[in-house]
Amino acid sequence: MTTETSAEPTRRDFLYIATGAVAAVGAAAAVWPFIAQMNPDASTIAAGAPIEVDLTPIAEGQDIKVFWRGQPIFVMNRTQKQVDEARAVKLSALPDPQTDEERTKAGHEKWLVVVGICTHLGCIPIAHEGLFDGFFCPCHGSQYDSSGRIRQGPAPLNLPVPPYQFVSDTKIQIG
Amino acid sequence: MSGPSTYQPQSPFMKWLEQRLPIAGLVHSSFIAYPTPRNLNYWWTFGAILSMMLAVQIITGIVLAMHYTPHVDFAFDSVERIVRDVNYGWLLRNTHAAGASMFFIAVYIHMFRGLYYGSYKAPREVLWILGVIIYLLMMATGFMGYVLPWGQMSFWGATVITNLFSAVPFVGDSIVTLLWGGYSVGNPTLNRFFSLHYLLPFVIAGVVVLHVWALHVTGQNNPTGVEPKTEKDTVAFTPYATMKDVFGMSCFLLFFSWFIFYMPNYLGEADNYIPANPGVTPPHIVPEWYYLPFYAILRSIPNKLMGVVAMFGAIIVLLFLPWLDSAKVRSSRYRPLAKRFFWGFVVVCIMLGWLGSKPAEGIYTVLARVFTFAYFAYFLIVLPLLSRVEKTLPLPNSISEDVLSKGKTAGATAASLLALVMAGTLMFGGVQSAKAAEGGESPPSLEWSFAGPFGTYDRPQLQRGFKIYKEVCSACHSLKLLQYRNLAEPGGPGFTIEQAKAIAAEASIKDGPNDAGEMFERPGRLADTFHSPFPNEQAARSANGGAVPPDMSLLAKARSYPRGFPQFVFDFFTQFQEQGPNYIDALLQGYQDTPPEGFTLPDGAYYNKWYPGHSIKMPPPISDGQVSFDDGSPETVPQYAKDVTAFLMWAAEPHLEARKRLGLQVMIFLIILSGLLYFTKRKIWSNVH
Ligand code: FES
Repeated sequence: MTTETSAEPTRRDFLYIATGAVAAVGAAAAVWPFIAQMNPDASTIAAGAPIEVDLTPIAEGQDIKVFWRGQPIFVMNRTQKQVDEARAVKLSALPDPQTDEERTKAGHEKWLVVVGICTHLGCIPIAHEGLFDGFFCPCHGSQYDSSGRIRQGPAPLNLPVPPYQFVSDTKIQIG
Repeated sequence: MSGPSTYQPQSPFMKWLEQRLPIAGLVHSSFIAYPTPRNLNYWWTFGAILSMMLAVQIITGIVLAMHYTPHVDFAFDSVERIVRDVNYGWLLRNTHAAGASMFFIAVYIHMFRGLYYGSYKAPREVLWILGVIIYLLMMATGFMGYVLPWGQMSFWGATVITNLFSAVPFVGDSIVTLLWGGYSVGNPTLNRFFSLHYLLPFVIAGVVVLHVWALHVTGQNNPTGVEPKTEKDTVAFTPYATMKDVFGMSCFLLFFSWFIFYMPNYLGEADNYIPANPGVTPPHIVPEWYYLPFYAILRSIPNKLMGVVAMFGAIIVLLFLPWLDSAKVRSSRYRPLAKRFFWGFVVVCIMLGWLGSKPAEGIYTVLARVFTFAYFAYFLIVLPLLSRVEKTLPLPNSISEDVLSKGKTAGATAASLLALVMAGTLMFGGVQSAKAAEGGESPPSLEWSFAGPFGTYDRPQLQRGFKIYKEVCSACHSLKLLQYRNLAEPGGPGFTIEQAKAIAAEASIKDGPNDAGEMFERPGRLADTFHSPFPNEQAARSANGGAVPPDMSLLAKARSYPRGFPQFVFDFFTQFQEQGPNYIDALLQGYQDTPPEGFTLPDGAYYNKWYPGHSIKMPPPISDGQVSFDDGSPETVPQYAKDVTAFLMWAAEPHLEARKRLGLQVMIFLIILSGLLYFTKRKIWSNVH
């Protein structure tokens, strides 16, 4: 390779830099569709619309599992004992402090609605098991209480509460 | 590449690596220091363009496979879902589909270039044979890829091509059953085609490596056909050849983008927008344009086995080319006779392509035989004979002497490139005129707001058209691929999300089973589609005089009519894409109360000027004043026909506006880039002269 000194170095350098820059911008832009295509497509997003759940068949002390956006949602009709236990816990005793009131809807205290995915590594906890009258995750032993809050084990956070509201006393809309 | 590498690793790490895996040295000697003849013209950039196209096809293909479902029940819809719902899915699909055509355009130019300049001659025979193998693999891959969308042409193309093997004596039928994996083309066939379509490009890539390896051992041929002798005859691959190739690739991308963004369906068959139907054969089964010459050869021989043999022979003969043509002079530049025969051969190939798209009858069959004979005669008679008798012109002593003695031939190259593009369009046009034998006139061309590079949908028109669909068409027809949410999406009729919800809620959708195990009806939601009013196909048939009303989601793309020569040349430049809408509009207005003299209308049918056979089961669906408009548009049949057609066009391609908008940006970008690359290339090459 010989290094030549051009008579007009600035003009030549400008041309090279401009060409390289434009080509680089084009290459970067061309990558975008290939990344964007991996995001959920429009029909998947549309299929994630809110769902309605009828609460009448759930007796006190029972729970059901429904699916919304491919995730299991636990809807639990808590007993008075469970509610009282959940409310009696001191916030300082919780790894992820949240009151039971924050996690339920006023006037519908007995209903607990949580995303049934362990905040450790994504397994599905089992309801009505474990030390706290709530949920127990068999994978690595996380214990959740009757409000779905983490009490023991490796999971860092409470079971999340999905967006939902009461359409009537016996019907909720999730999403 | 031959001989030890001149690469000198600088950093300690590179020195360490070079002793263990001399990959940097390989790249350096193959793509940087590699000497290329300094007189290569732009025909030589197609090698680089082909590498680029292979990469484009593999990358877009891998992505498409992430969204595609290889099952007969889902394949068609999954492709439509890619185009409609996947982010940039329309772009990826258009790129892959048009990319196949671009790949073949480039490979044909590459092959003709090899033929003209004698690039197959010693010592490059193996290089040439590897190229023919790549070409065969490309043909297999392209064919199997065309089957995957599982449209009418996919299904019947697969049936016809696999049936070629039934010509094999004794075991033919068993071979065909083996290829199908069943008693007919079906799900096992689709599954294996998908698997192989995914595999073969990697095989191609492997053979390409061998091809490039062989090239780097023998060195490149060049327009004089004289081997480089001294240092002065060559330049380093980088930056000289690299810059030239990159500029060529950029120009090619510009041409490619014209198809991706503005003519995505120009190179395909409209019939492939109809889902595969094993019960109905399309009136004309035509392969993709790049197989047409071989298709013509197949049909020209009136014997099944011999036809198949001739077709495969037409490709196999290329393998023997290095020995059929034993002339000492390589480049046709110095072979006055060979040059003329070469151009004659190009014409023969184009004519065969054109004939392949014509119905196999009358004069076309005769012509196809003449040109088939000419095709084989070129290889088996002309070339062997010429190499013995031809008096060649004196060759230049060296490449540099040739470069110095001659002015620029760029003009000639550009002119011949343009001629080739024109010839190419001629061949694609041939595909479109394949249906000419049906006779009859073309529906009148209408003005559409969505036509042309800047076309957009007229939103009030789409809303009127939707009203007509809802009040009239939806009594019989579904729009299975359209969801209520689409009505509120950008580029559509411009309803608000509330309006779309309200429209959906008016529909009652069958759903279930519920907890009690029963089916039930519920109001429609945004994610529901415009379902059929009939519970099943039988009910639809009996309500419509035996004919199933087709789903209208893709009607505007699935309907086409011949435009004929020379119309398709203008179509290419004007981006004419409106056959479907013109046809639908004409059909809606084509009803006549009394059929013309001498036409007997079957019972229960209606005369329609534009329907094939002129007798249609559907009664005239619209009449004046049937649907009321609030915007003061005339409430007449022509207005209704036009509005509902525009709506169906949108239903067939909801992303049309996004496609054209992005297209403009890409075109402007590529023009700027090509310009910059051109000047950079000139600057770099100015050192050489
Ligand atoms: S995933 Fe639940 S404890 Fe690990």
